Amino acid sequence: MLLLNCPCCGIDADETELEAGGEAHITRHGAGASDDDFETYMFMRKNPKGVHFERWRHAYGCGKWFHAARCTMTLEVFGTYSAQTLEPPKALINKIKKKRPDWEGFVK
Amino acid sequence: MSNAVSAMNGASFKGSVTIKDTGLQGMITLRGDFKSAVVAKALKTATGTAMPETGQILHSAKGSAAWMSPDELLLLVDYTKVDAIIAKLDKALSGEHALVINVSDARAMFEIKGAATRDILAKGSPADMSKEGLPVGVMRRSRLGQLAVAFWMDDEKTAHMVCFRSVGEHVFMWLKNASEKGSLPKYYT
Ligand SMILES: [Zn+2]
Repeated sequence: MLLLNCPCCGIDADETELEAGGEAHITRHGAGASDDDFETYMFMRKNPKGVHFERWRHAYGCGKWFHAARCTMTLEVFGTYSAQTLEPPKALINKIKKKRPDWEGFVK
Repeated sequence: MSNAVSAMNGASFKGSVTIKDTGLQGMITLRGDFKSAVVAKALKTATGTAMPETGQILHSAKGSAAWMSPDELLLLVDYTKVDAIIAKLDKALSGEHALVINVSDARAMFEIKGAATRDILAKGSPADMSKEGLPVGVMRRSRLGQLAVAFWMDDEKTAHMVCFRSVGEHVFMWLKNASEKGSLPKYYT
C-alpha cells in the first residue's frame, strides 16, 4: 500500500484517497508538432524498474495535483513535491542518489 | 414557497452511536486568495472567524469556517441567513478574484455521537482517526466507502460529516449499518 504525503494539505494520504496521473514532467506537444514529437508526448513512457517520477491527485482530499518520486520495484516513496515545477527539486534528486547510487539521475 | 427539507429530513438512528441528520444547514463555498486581507475581512463578517490554517475548522457564535483546499473554504452558517450573508460577501469581495456560492441544498450533514464515533468513521475511511491524527479542530476530507465526505470532531464523542446531498441517503444508511450493535472493531475505544 502506498502512503503519499500531499504537499498541498499536508495529509499522509492512503492510495485509495488518491488518483494516479501517470509519468511526470512530460513535455507537451500539441497542434503543429511533428509526428515524432507528438508520438513521444502521447505514447512513449519510461516505465522504469526503479526510480520513477509521477503525477498524483488528492482526489478524495483537497483535490489538488502534486508530484511524487518513488521506486516502482520496492514501492519506497522518496518524496512528494509541488505540481508547479518542470523538474524535481535538487534536494530530492540528491536524496535519491544517496539511496540509489546506480540510478542514472533525472532525465527529462 | 417550496418547503425546504434536509436530505434525510431529520432522521436519526440509535445503534452503538447515534446518527442524526442535522436538518437544514447553511453552507457556502468561498474560493479565493487566503492571503488577501480583503478575503479575510469578508470571512470575518460572514462567520465571525479568522482565516483557518491548512486543514483547520474554526467556530464562532455566528458560524464556522473550514479549510477545504489551498483556495477553498466551506462556511457553515444559519440556513435562513445564507442569502443575506452571500450578498454581504459579494459586496465585500467585489473586485477581488473570488467565488461565493450557496451550496446548502446541495449537501447533507450528519452528526455521529457516542463513545465509538472514531471507530465508526474508521470503518469507512483510511484516515488516521486517532486523537493525534484527527484532533478536535481539524477538518478532514476523505472518503466513506467510495464516497467523498468531509468530517471533523466537535469533541471526543461527537463528529459531524458533510457529503453531497445526492448520496445523503446512502451515507446515512452506511453509517447506520456501521453502527449496528456488536459490530465495533473497538480499535479506538
Ligand atoms: Zn491534499
